[in-house]
Amino acid sequence: MDPTATRLINILLGNAESDGVLEFHFPAPEIKFESDTQFALGGADFSAQLDGQPIDNWRPVIAGKNSLLKFKDRLSGSRVYLSVKGGFSIETWLGSVSTNLAARLGGFDGRKLQTGDHIFFRSNGVTGSTANYSISPSIIPHYSRFPTVRITPGAEYELLNGLGQETLLQENFSVTARSDHMGFRLEGKSIFLNEGMELVSSAVNFGTIQLLPDGQLIVLMADHQTSGGYPRIGHVASVDLPLLGQLGPGDKIAFHLIPLAEAEDLAVHLERHLNLLKVGCGTLK
Amino acid sequence: MNMEPRFFSLGENAITVEFANEISEALNDRVLSAAKYLDSHPFDGYIETFPAISSFTVFYDTYRIRKNFSEFETAFDAVKDIILNALEYSALSELGDMRTHEIPVFFDEASAPDLQAVAENHTITPAEVIDLFTSRVYRVFMIGFLPGFAYMGEVDERIATPRKATPRVHVPKGSVGIAGRQTGIYPFESPGGWQIIGRTTAELFTADDETPCLFKAGDTVKFYEVEPV
Repeated sequence: MDPTATRLINILLGNAESDGVLEFHFPAPEIKFESDTQFALGGADFSAQLDGQPIDNWRPVIAGKNSLLKFKDRLSGSRVYLSVKGGFSIETWLGSVSTNLAARLGGFDGRKLQTGDHIFFRSNGVTGSTANYSISPSIIPHYSRFPTVRITPGAEYELLNGLGQETLLQENFSVTARSDHMGFRLEGKSIFLNEGMELVSSAVNFGTIQLLPDGQLIVLMADHQTSGGYPRIGHVASVDLPLLGQLGPGDKIAFHLIPLAEAEDLAVHLERHLNLLKVGCGTLK
Repeated sequence: MNMEPRFFSLGENAITVEFANEISEALNDRVLSAAKYLDSHPFDGYIETFPAISSFTVFYDTYRIRKNFSEFETAFDAVKDIILNALEYSALSELGDMRTHEIPVFFDEASAPDLQAVAENHTITPAEVIDLFTSRVYRVFMIGFLPGFAYMGEVDERIATPRKATPRVHVPKGSVGIAGRQTGIYPFESPGGWQIIGRTTAELFTADDETPCLFKAGDTVKFYEVEPV
């Protein structure tokens, strides 16, 4: 849900960017490290403590054998990510360690983690220095409970009536409780096309904003379905997906339209920053 | 038939190539052969192609495209150019073995909550809907939406019904639905906006690494009525 957070903490630990991570919502679990581990947290701030000592997100931390990680308070964001150096030892399925809850397949037995679960690491022991470094705030997404999210026009954007475009770009929308990893149902002023249309199903993307016939919006998220038939009125710029990924029910969004070229520039810019980070962490290949 | 496709952005890392907003076997053939060509001739920055009913979408790494095709102002323009070339070169090649499937369906009220509404919408009886639905052979146009979900068509115009205005939050596993002239089966419980006119016990998706999906694009499917036990 927060692709930048997961990439950042993996890079920080010298992992492959796409190595599997654990995702926690609040209230988050108590974790006991059964061996010395180097790990990093990113995304939401759940006031993490290791053996009673507060630890920050966005820096590598050493956990000694039997140390306990707890999350005391939800300070900001909705999902915190935990990565360990070397990654987790999970059997891949279709080339991934991700979990598909709908299919109940992949990841850790295709299910959410439960008390008592043991998760193994791919590597043994801790290597490398735990330098006193952390990620620069300039590369961390500007999380907010009320973000303005940049979007590019979708195929049906031009078919919105004038009021529709105005509403999309000037009104606020709430994330409703009917939201999950597949998509966020938003609530706000109704938006309509100039005329109704029945679209043949085609691909959608993480960040695609669909317009429902009842005038409300859905923003597709990380586990979105691969295709859809509702009008695509916009697409969230990928650099802003983390802002969405940290939202929960009750949070609000505003949209800001940018040209496609600008969204591309932002994506390129982020990659350059991540490459610099990899150089800094000694992991650029 | 106009074969000039429309290109549009699906976000800055994807481009959709749409032949038409209609269901047609000939266009679907075109889509499947283009997807096959692109998969077998990947360019630097290519991620994957998603073949849909009468369109396909190419996902790419914006950073790598901008880097490797810097003569274009945008990655969109670069990938569009690559696709135009691919469309020229990809002939209507062999699409591989297509299979026929026969799928049993329950049409009782619990399994078919929208059957009555679909019937009323067309001023016919539910039995006539079932008859019109089961007497056709459908082509699988695409796999999408959910793991193993096959979009099939074309449904008889006399029962074709648009999606529901407000999607259901929970559609039971195995539900058989209609949306316009398309039909499909929900492989798991999920949210969904299709009109549910039946339910099957056939398994659409399994954990098999090689062929997790029962159906693939190009296959044909026939439904037949069974009584629930």
